[in-house]
Amino acid sequence: MDYSIKIGGEAGQGIQTIGDTLAHIFARAGYYVFTHQDYESRIRGGHNFYQIRISDKQITASRTPIDILVAFDLESINQHEKELTVQGHVLYDSSHLKQKFEKSNFLDVPLTELALTYGGNKIMANTVAVGAVLGMLGMNPEIMYEMIRKTFMKKGDQIVQANLKSAEAGYKFAKEKCLTCSFMLSGFEKRKMLITGNEAIGLGAIASGVKFYSAYPMTPSTGIFNFVAENAKDFGIVVEQAEDEIAAINMALGASFAGVRAMTGTSGGGFALMVEGVSLAAMTETPIVIALAQRPGPATGLPTRTEQADLLFALFAGHGEFPKVIFAPGSPEQAFYLTNKAFDLAEKYQIPAIILTDQYLADSQWSYLEFDLSRLKYKDYRLRGDNFRNLKEYKRHLLTETGISPLGVPGDSNHLVVTDSDEHDEEGHIIEDADTRIKMVEKRLFKKLPFIKKEISPPNLYGEGNPEIVLVCWGSTYGIVKEIVEELSDRFRIAMLHFSEIYPFSEEKSWLKILQNAKLTINIEQNATSQFARLIMMETGLEIKKHINRFDGRPFTVDELKEKVYAYIAGL
Amino acid sequence: MPTLQDYKGRQPAWCPGCGNFSILRAFNEAMVELGLSPHEFVIVSGIGQAGKFPHYTRCNTFNGLHGRTLPVATGIKLANHALKVFAVAGDGDCYGEGGNHLIHAIRRNIDIKLFVHDNQIYGLTKGQASPTSMKGMVTKTQPFGVFSEQFNPLAMAIALDCSFVARGFAGDIEHLKYLFKEAINHKGFAIIDILQPCVSFNKINTFEWYKQRVYRIPEEYDPYDRTKAFEKSLEWGDKIPIGIIYKKEKPTFEENIPIIKEKPLVTHEPYLEKLKEIMEKFY
Repeated sequence: MDYSIKIGGEAGQGIQTIGDTLAHIFARAGYYVFTHQDYESRIRGGHNFYQIRISDKQITASRTPIDILVAFDLESINQHEKELTVQGHVLYDSSHLKQKFEKSNFLDVPLTELALTYGGNKIMANTVAVGAVLGMLGMNPEIMYEMIRKTFMKKGDQIVQANLKSAEAGYKFAKEKCLTCSFMLSGFEKRKMLITGNEAIGLGAIASGVKFYSAYPMTPSTGIFNFVAENAKDFGIVVEQAEDEIAAINMALGASFAGVRAMTGTSGGGFALMVEGVSLAAMTETPIVIALAQRPGPATGLPTRTEQADLLFALFAGHGEFPKVIFAPGSPEQAFYLTNKAFDLAEKYQIPAIILTDQYLADSQWSYLEFDLSRLKYKDYRLRGDNFRNLKEYKRHLLTETGISPLGVPGDSNHLVVTDSDEHDEEGHIIEDADTRIKMVEKRLFKKLPFIKKEISPPNLYGEGNPEIVLVCWGSTYGIVKEIVEELSDRFRIAMLHFSEIYPFSEEKSWLKILQNAKLTINIEQNATSQFARLIMMETGLEIKKHINRFDGRPFTVDELKEKVYAYIAGL
Repeated sequence: MPTLQDYKGRQPAWCPGCGNFSILRAFNEAMVELGLSPHEFVIVSGIGQAGKFPHYTRCNTFNGLHGRTLPVATGIKLANHALKVFAVAGDGDCYGEGGNHLIHAIRRNIDIKLFVHDNQIYGLTKGQASPTSMKGMVTKTQPFGVFSEQFNPLAMAIALDCSFVARGFAGDIEHLKYLFKEAINHKGFAIIDILQPCVSFNKINTFEWYKQRVYRIPEEYDPYDRTKAFEKSLEWGDKIPIGIIYKKEKPTFEENIPIIKEKPLVTHEPYLEKLKEIMEKFY
């Protein structure tokens, strides 16, 4: 079982509501679900779509062929009818589109009329549509009814009943009228959780004990801010919308200096403003976690679309020389655990840690049986309370073998916690002398770095263990490339080499041998200049010569990317 | 009880005769008289001659970036409101580079005390005009003189309904000490703009220049009258008032945050046991 449903229309028509409701019903039924959205930078109008894929097996990407197209505007039919499978159907309301289609696979559902008749309000048309999709699929509607009760419970019994009747009306209508619908759903399984990349980062932060989150809203990072703010009360987190991104990172650094785990999040343009703060974190050795959700640039670029073009920017962000950690999760699951690791390493080594995602991962929903909370790590590395009070002598930037100095919480002890953006001595006071300068650079950079490198995991090889063909990728392309490897693995000795802990490179470099032994290595990136391949070259001297790049702001699709991989294989 | 000895910091690298020395003395004396120990507060400073201030006294210190004192101070105060948090900045630092942060820190009314060493010039970079430089001042980078209006921090603060607005003068240490103590005892955001002669680069607003013009606001003045305060803040020229110009009692930013009502954020353990509940939201 593997079906895709696309809901298309103008912004403001409820596409997201219908999509989210359906996705949650499917996940609750125990299907694996993957959703992604394509929207324009506007609140009303334009053409947007929400795509849902369901399967009885784990899925990690959207597919191009669609089985049900829910069209709220003619543009949806013009653009997406060609994507329908042989058994594919279109659900539309002729009274709304002001056009009737006579094709046998077009199902005209009077959404507004049914909403008025059964729900008493045309606003119920969305619920009718949800019911109709389930009716077309022939799925048992019980879970839908259960979800409606749960969702609208707070709004009172009248609203619950109106929604139930509307859903039932849509369901029955579609089930009876769609004579050519021949979808076969598998039985219900254990419920699945549904989570976006942004939510996974927010959840990972909360699971790591984040206490302070300051940010300035910016697409596509705002979802993290929203998620943390929604849970602020339950988890004792202070959230603050700063006046700009410069303030956001400086507030987070202040909170971290004062003794709590702190984080900020933004996209490329906001990160550009934060860069001096990244350097400040490095010099003052103040732990900080920064989520950088990329979108296409330069400048404002394509605000609601996706790209992986800020890798080298993040890598080199900050004047001066200092260590930092960059993670680029490939899925919400990776985002969850890597956010946890980012907090741990940022505090342990007193460095900035960046979580690099993009709009595609930020907004797409993946499904999982569960997250294993026992895999989380929480260790408080700060020197606080009695431990600090009873200390004989304290120097904030003490020179040590590991380069790590005691991170005291100011106010907990008579000892003073002093730090400076100027070069400073062990006590944190401003200095100019060459000897101290050299010792401090060695401490921050050369002493810490080998320890940090030891913490970094090597890339993940997925597929054939001794491959002839290797697809190299990083970050959010993980799920798409994984599906390609799965499809091609019966014909080729093919594997994916996916990097998620992307800087510094792990000391474990056996993957280099795999690339050297492969007949064909293809580097795949959602940018114009293969930035990750350049990083590999810089770090290892290895040059990858074959590239597939996409930089139109839309994510790769499995089907299109597979064709491009094929073209290279054919040239072997 | 702390003594002045507790406030003996590093050897200052300021020019001999700099107005900063008097500000430092007034500050240290105020701390001793308030009975505050160095570990009970944090000074966040920026860049400029004023930015070096915390190194020359003794205290918890975050000497951050140019213009960014107030955001860092805000983060510290929200993480631990049991600590007293002072921000020390210069006129270029706070009114130029960090102007946006000043507006929003005043709007928040977070309980931070801001002390601006206002010498109406850029000292550390050797003599360019600052936002408070007077019109017509010729410098290396303003060869035809300053054309822009002189920034009036006090009028702006009153316009934003700042809860404590004062002006001090480095040449009147007793009065400045009194202002420090009043600001620290006040609940809410406080700004003291401190007139400070720069002996090396500002040849217009010299010690003598200020001394001829500065006068203490008389005791009968009512700082709670906003309209009168605005009028007072506009006085500049032959007579320059020093003292508390405007006051307003109102809840602080941190008092409005329910999470830290009971105790400072830094004393909260992470609520990791609640994770299982939040996971349910994803099903």
